[in-house]
Order: sequence, then C-alpha cells, then structure tokens
Amino acid sequence: MPLLELRKISKNFGAIRALDEVDLHIEPGQVLGLMGDNGAGKSTMVKIMAGNFPPTSGSIVLNDQEVHFHRPVEARQKGVEVVYQDLALCDNLTAAANVFLGRELKRRFGPLRILDYSAMFARAGKLFGELKSETRPRDLVRQMSGGQRQAVAIARARLTDSRIVLMDEPTAAISVRQVAEVLDLIRRLRDQNIAVLLISHRMPDVFAVADRVMVMRRGRTVADKNIVDSSPEEVTGLITGAIEAA
Amino acid sequence: MAQDVETQASVAIEDVLQRKEATWWQGLLSSQPFWVTVAVLAIAVTMGFVNSNFLSTGNFFNITRNFSFIAVMAVGMTTVIITGGIDLSVGSILGMVAMVSAVTISNGFPMEVAVAAGILTSLAVGFVNGVLIAYVRLNPFIVTLGMLSIARSLTLVLTGATPVTLRRVGEEADRFRNLLAGDPFGVAMPVWVLIALTAIVAFLLRYSAWGRYVYAIGGNEQAARLNGVPVDQVKVSVYMLSGLTAGFSGLLVLAWAGSALSNFGQTWELRVIASTVIGGANLMGGVGSAYGGVIGAALIEVIRNSLLLAGVNTFWQGTFVGLFILFAVLLERVRSRG
Ligand SMILES: Nc1ncnc2c1ncn2[C@@H]1O[C@H](COP(=O)(O)OP(=O)(O)O)[C@@H](O)[C@H]1O
Ligand SMILES: [Mg+2]
Repeated sequence: MPLLELRKISKNFGAIRALDEVDLHIEPGQVLGLMGDNGAGKSTMVKIMAGNFPPTSGSIVLNDQEVHFHRPVEARQKGVEVVYQDLALCDNLTAAANVFLGRELKRRFGPLRILDYSAMFARAGKLFGELKSETRPRDLVRQMSGGQRQAVAIARARLTDSRIVLMDEPTAAISVRQVAEVLDLIRRLRDQNIAVLLISHRMPDVFAVADRVMVMRRGRTVADKNIVDSSPEEVTGLITGAIEAA
Repeated sequence: MAQDVETQASVAIEDVLQRKEATWWQGLLSSQPFWVTVAVLAIAVTMGFVNSNFLSTGNFFNITRNFSFIAVMAVGMTTVIITGGIDLSVGSILGMVAMVSAVTISNGFPMEVAVAAGILTSLAVGFVNGVLIAYVRLNPFIVTLGMLSIARSLTLVLTGATPVTLRRVGEEADRFRNLLAGDPFGVAMPVWVLIALTAIVAFLLRYSAWGRYVYAIGGNEQAARLNGVPVDQVKVSVYMLSGLTAGFSGLLVLAWAGSALSNFGQTWELRVIASTVIGGANLMGGVGSAYGGVIGAALIEVIRNSLLLAGVNTFWQGTFVGLFILFAVLLERVRSRG
C-alpha cells in the first residue's frame, strides 16, 4: 500500500499549466528520484505535497485517506517534511533556532513558559552529530557554508517522526564530500522506513540512492520505473525528449 | 567536471577556515549597543569634568526624563524594525493619546478612565496599522505615513487646535499628574516606566516564541511562513506594541507638561527611529534589541544636552545627531563585512 499517492494532479498558474494530470505514488522506506529539466514542474509538485498551495484539480491520498493541506504546518503535522530548494532558513538566527523554528521547545519559568535554549542546543547538536555534520548549534546561519546550511535544513526535517521527506535539489549547491553525506543521510532515512522523494539534476546521485525513478517533462510524467530497469542514458533521453516515453 | 574541481577546492577552504566558537567578550565587542554605551559614558565623564552643571542632580534628572519620552517609544519601534517594518505614526499617536486623555479628564471622568481611553486609542491605531500591513499587505512606510497624517488631523479635529489644560480642573487631573509626573525614590516616573518596559520587552524578545518569531520574520519572512510561524499575527502585534509605547509616552508627556497641545510629538518619530538605528537596529530587519533603542536615545539626549551646556548654538544639534546616525550605519556596515 502506498504511503502517499497523488491522483491526476493538475496545477495552473494563470495561463501556464505547470502540472497536467500527474500521478505519483511512494511506499514507506522507498527513495523515489524525480528528474526533469528546469520548468518541468518538479518544485510545483513538491509544493502541492507540502501544502504550500492546493492543486487546481486532482487528489492527494496519505495512508489511504484523502487529505487537503491548506498550510505547510498541516502537512508537517501529518508527517510530511520538506527540505526546500532555497532551504527556507533565517540567516540572522542560529542553527538551533532554525531547526526549531515554529516548534520551539519551552520550559516552565514560574507561571510562564519560556524558550528552552539549552534543550534546543543539545537536541540540535545531537541531530547534527547524527548527520555527521560539523554544524554547531550556536552558530549563525549567515556564517555557514552551503553544506552546513543543508545540514540545518535536513536536521529540521528530522526533528519529528516524519514519514516522508521531500527534498528539492538538496545536492545542488554543496561540496562533493557533503553530497556524499547527504546521500548517506537519505539511506539512513530509508533504513528507518521513511519515504524520501529526491529531486535532483545529478544523475549519479539518483542512481546511487533511488529505488525508483520518475521523469517529468513539461508538466507530464513520461516515465516511472524501477531504477534497475533503467539507465542514465535512458533517463537523459527522457528528460530531453529524445526518448518520448518509457 | 569543472564544477567538481570547484567544489573540491571549497572542501579544502572549509578545512582551513576552522573558525573558533565566539567567546562572550568577542560578542560584546562586536555589539553596537555596547559601543554606544561606551560613547554615552565617555561623553558624560568628559562633560562632568568640563562643566560642573552636567552631573548635577537637576541636570541628570532632566536628561533622564527627557530621553525617556523618546526611549519608551524606541522600545516599541525596535520590535517593528526587527520585523523589517517601520512605524512613522508614533509621534502622531503620542499627540492623539495626550489629547484624548486630557479631554477625558477635563470632562470630569476619573483618571483611570482617561488612562484607559488613551491606551485603547493607541492600541486601536496600532491595530489598524498592523492589519493594513499584515493582511492587506500594504507597504509599512506608506501605511504609517498615512496614519501620521490622519492621527494628527483627528487630534486637531477633536479640539480645534486649542490646548487642553489639566491645571485647576479638579482632583482627578491632579491625581493623574501626581502619579505620572511624580518622582518615586528620586527617579522621574517616565524613567521607571522605561526601565520596566525595557526589561519586559527584552525578556520577551529573548525568551518567548513571539520574540523568536519577530526576529525570524525580519530574517526571512517566507521561511518563517513555511515553518508555521504566524507571521501576520506577529506583525499586527508589533505595530500594536509600537502604538502602545507611543501611548505611554503620550500619557507621560501630558502629565509632565500639564496640558495637551495639538502638536505634541510632532517629528518625534524621526528621533525615535534615529535612536533605534544608533542602537544597532537594521532597517532591513532581523537585527536589533530593546536596550539598543534605549541607549541610542540616551546618546542623542546626552549630545543635545552637552552642546547646550557648552553654549553651542542649538541649530548645530541636528548636524551632530545626523552625523551620529551616519556613523552608526557605517559602523554596522563595517562590522557585517568583518
Ligand atoms: N508561483 C508561480 N507562479 C507562476 N508560475 C509558476 C510558479 N511556480 C512555478 N511556475 C511555473 O511552473 C512551471 C514549473 O515550474 P517548477 O515546478 O518550478 O519547475 P522545476 O522545479 O521542475 O524546475 C514553470 O513554467 C514555472 O515558470
Ligand atoms: Mg525547481
């Protein structure tokens, strides 16, 4: 039984049809690689799953139940976490503050409930440790490298018992060593039975970790198959349109 | 491939640049409020040597009271500026609140009613600002510029530009003045209000989720929204707080002056904004502190007072204050590069 299913999802932006009756399904513990040229509609798809905006038509089914997300928090409450392409970080806050943004830990202070700095630093430090990242909880995000920023965004997605993590181009702007770290992390998520949707332009990344690959072109699905039944050459052809569909 | 070489290089650079964790004194030395505090103390000590009047009890009392009127508003303004907004209407709100309360008292209502009327007026104006900015998504500069004009005009409409005095209008007016213009333990009431307000807002900014959200909105509003921060509500709240602090100042100025004039607070918004900027707030949002706004206001007042005592033509005051604003912004620029 699929964990998350999109059925005939379409999305119009004015005259632009960004998604045209797209179907997608993903199982627990599965890594689905989503590929396609710029403007194919990948980010739009992620944003619909994450509750940023509703689809123009079609339905979203999570655990056999149809869901309607009106805001990103609602998707998050149902266990759908996102690592955004632009990472959605506040540069002026610390790494820990970003990890806990919108769900701060608090402690009692007389009659008040105040931010629990030490608990958040400790928990964020532990998450960075698990990601084998050198990111320090107290550092400001403004001073961080691309890879450290990535770790902050991923740590955020790991904060709760998420069931599916959507990653939009997580390896686009980071160093080679850090790409390997991110791929390791994806494997670790999969081992914990979490579903991962990985959007990437990098063929080697997708073929290294994905179980399935789905290719989109101009808002439509042109292929959806097991990674072992495909090849980088075929996927490249599908992306460019040299191969019509597979 | 070329890209891979580039990213390899960035690995090496990261390994070299192993930054150490900043110590607390490094944090202090890179904080603008700290340096402004040093400047205020340096000027005060110098003036104390040069002019014996400066540190006299009377002058100290005057300085602290005068700057409190501005500093109280700077505390509210700081929260607005941290979110990346601006509130140009605070001077007009001050004038309106002073007038509303004066009219209420002089019409025989108890002082509690007058204070409540003033406070509610300030909150209502702040609420309108906030809703237009957060929900109607209008530009904060434009909204509060409009409100600057509207609130001032309504103040004039209320009384036809005639001053409303609190002198010899009855017991309630005297009670109002004794309380808000008093000096418990030898410190002017506005200073007590300022201390309490600064402590509360500084605490909230640091220890409440609300405070965290204020900074997050100024840092990256879109990110805050995506993470479930109630951006619109928080924005309304900071404009209401800014209005409220202007209302506090309005009541304090009214009690001190003993009557309400329709031009109370005119152009004060500029001094309030200047105070917050000198105290380290960044008009782009994301940076600032309650104490910074207060110490910025203190610096402006100390400069004004020093020039006055030194016998410098008062026309020069604006130049000095302006130079300090530019200096503060340059300092900010240098630090953010460093
Ligand atoms: N908010 C938006 N408003 C208007 N058009 C949009 C918006 N977001 C995406 N689009 C358009 O939808 C199409 C798909 O975009 P996107 O999902 O970002 O593609 P991808 O992530 O695959 O590069 C593009 O033509 C893009 O210009
Ligand atoms: Mg995209």
